[in-house]
Amino acid sequence: MTYAWHWEVFLQPAASGDSTYLGWMLAGLRITLALSLSAWVMALVLGALMGVLRTVPSRLWSGLAAAYVELFRNVPLLVQLFIWYFVLPELLPAAWGDAYKQMDPFAQQFVAALVCLGFFTSARVCEQVRSGINSLPPGQRNAGLALGLTLPQTYRYVMLPMALRLVVPPLTSEFLNVFKNSAVASTIGLLELAAQGRQLVDYTAQPYESFIAVTVFYMLINVVVMAAMHRVEQKVRVPGYIGGK
Amino acid sequence: MGYDFDWSSIPGALPFLWDGMKVTLEITLTAIAVGIVWGTLLAMMRLSAVPVLSWFAAGYINLFRSIPLLMVLLWFFLIVPRLLEGLLGFAPGSDMRLSSAMVGFALFESAYYAEIIRAGIQSVPKGQVAAAFALGMSYSEAMRLVVLPQAFRNMVPLLLTQAIILFQDTSLVYVSALADFFGAAYKVGDRDGRLVELLLFAGAVYFIICYSASLLVRYFRKRMGA
Amino acid sequence: MIRRAAVIFSFALTTLALPALAQQPTGTLKKIKDSGSITLGHRESSIPFSYYDDKQQVIGYSQEIMLKAVAAIKTELKLPALQIKLVPVTSQNRIPLIQNGTIDIECGSTTNNTERQKQVSFSNTIFIIGTRLLAKTGSGIKDFADLAGKNVVTTAGTTSERLLRKMNEEKKLGMSIISAKDHGEAFLTLETGRAVAFMMDDALLYGELAKAKKPGDWAVVGTPQSREAYGCMLPKDDAAFKKVVDGAIAKVMSSGEAEKIYAKWFMSAIPPKGLNLNFPLSDDMKALYKNPNDKAFE
Repeated sequence: MTYAWHWEVFLQPAASGDSTYLGWMLAGLRITLALSLSAWVMALVLGALMGVLRTVPSRLWSGLAAAYVELFRNVPLLVQLFIWYFVLPELLPAAWGDAYKQMDPFAQQFVAALVCLGFFTSARVCEQVRSGINSLPPGQRNAGLALGLTLPQTYRYVMLPMALRLVVPPLTSEFLNVFKNSAVASTIGLLELAAQGRQLVDYTAQPYESFIAVTVFYMLINVVVMAAMHRVEQKVRVPGYIGGK
Repeated sequence: MGYDFDWSSIPGALPFLWDGMKVTLEITLTAIAVGIVWGTLLAMMRLSAVPVLSWFAAGYINLFRSIPLLMVLLWFFLIVPRLLEGLLGFAPGSDMRLSSAMVGFALFESAYYAEIIRAGIQSVPKGQVAAAFALGMSYSEAMRLVVLPQAFRNMVPLLLTQAIILFQDTSLVYVSALADFFGAAYKVGDRDGRLVELLLFAGAVYFIICYSASLLVRYFRKRMGA
Repeated sequence: MIRRAAVIFSFALTTLALPALAQQPTGTLKKIKDSGSITLGHRESSIPFSYYDDKQQVIGYSQEIMLKAVAAIKTELKLPALQIKLVPVTSQNRIPLIQNGTIDIECGSTTNNTERQKQVSFSNTIFIIGTRLLAKTGSGIKDFADLAGKNVVTTAGTTSERLLRKMNEEKKLGMSIISAKDHGEAFLTLETGRAVAFMMDDALLYGELAKAKKPGDWAVVGTPQSREAYGCMLPKDDAAFKKVVDGAIAKVMSSGEAEKIYAKWFMSAIPPKGLNLNFPLSDDMKALYKNPNDKAFE
């Protein structure tokens, strides 16, 4: 294999002058983390809301929530991102579209990627929350209503506290997916981890080192998230259920 | 300012797009087939009492689940073929894009299938295994005749859902410049300066296929009364 | 001085190696002879250098020159039935694919520079571009100085991206630089009004302009910031192979054939939609055709 390994490239001053190539990677890592974490918060809030709507005894609301899930689940993430970034601003009223396009380019890319990942992931979170709620014995809802609680109160005080604890383990893998999926943001020019890796290939002509470094960073993220979620899972598990003690 | 849509590139490009769809389907089906077989083996290893096997399976599954698919495909596209050439003496320079994408996909998806299948196996009540043993079956007979058939029945909806995800994920093979359906649409759009139109078209096609498939999954789920 | 010595040295090596080569090809040539096939790397949408027409055939200026080189290889190896395999490449994977031997040669729109020469070799230059701007007519953007404080788009991983960043820092222009994934996306960014200008190789800008829905709305402006030489990429340190390819390119240029190929791709209607780039032959290109060489500009 006629390949010249040069691991020291990471310590060389980068072309931008103010940093090393390792500094570029770390800057990319920060954006990956910021993007993924904020998209995750958005997905949790929207997903929990939609998951609840999926289970309410109203055809209209549960139908709307079902359509929402189908829409975001059945189009590839890459296509969705492109639509958020390039197509939607053109379809908005001209004033809004122009206001968005006058924003700082980094902010535009970040917002598009955040909204895209948030909606995409929320559809998946929604399905988990729904199956969590559906896995509760029907007696819980009935008991809540029989006690004179309204439906929202039954959700708020009886069903959700239980259901949300049950869905923590399956949500762990969705959480991990957010980080991995955030790599598609590189396709609209956001300089996150994968994009920095690609940029390093262009600037240093050392493709293998760059790929290996990026891969290792993703694995580290994965290990940290798994460890954190493991602790959360232990905290919230319900005694008496499988996985509980 | 409004966007002037111009869909005129699509009719002429349909044969090329269809070729791309065939590549997409080929990759999807291979990955499903290999993924289920290799995933079942991995799941059984993971649950096995032999420490080496269960460590290997756990390591494999965690490794593949921790890396973005995009990176896995890049690895299989750029680095693994070169290693194989050295080890197995393949003719250097043979065009391995399709095969490397298929292998990368299959190995990657196996890790996800293994977890689904493991959950499926664990969903079978312990008493069933005990009963099989009590009837004098060996471990492999108990697995083959008692546990796996029930496990797969429970898993069908999840396996199909994963297949739909996989079908969408194939769009990432554009990193190896392979003209799958998404790649073909992008290339036509880039060549003619009509990216927006071609990508909306691709999105609509994916939606129709995946939505129909998910209706099918729902039908299965109903029929099995789950 | 050292450079000159190196040139003489490598020349000496080549001449020494020649008599042996006549009987026994080595390296890439041997591989091609043994397998009876050559694998060509091409681009898919690099208009008009290397791209697919509507029948998915690879066509373009660079592709035609690459086929001339293949013809010379056929003659050199006395292999009239040489099989040609085509592999599409992207700007991200083309260097690794040459390095790992998946492709034997790539002629597209690849700049020859000293950094890349550490990983691959380059043939004689096939095209010389200048990096300029594409902007809306009547937008008031006439040159780089007009970009201060504005959004400017370029394609990720190109020399233009580097130059733009450097200029921004040195001249304190306060531009916001958008790096799009490919030229198509970069032009879309310009077309949808997110950026006031698109900096890129002039030949590619003429290509994007020709694709635009209203070509009359756009113009290529600005003083060229750098010159770049496009070459065919070859495996590193394979002098015998490079010699055959270089010879073929030099012959195309000195015979006047190159000018005809240029006129066909840059001055007349090209497939698939009958676009005409109207990009006249530059002085740099005229000089190159008179004196073929493999000099990198940076």
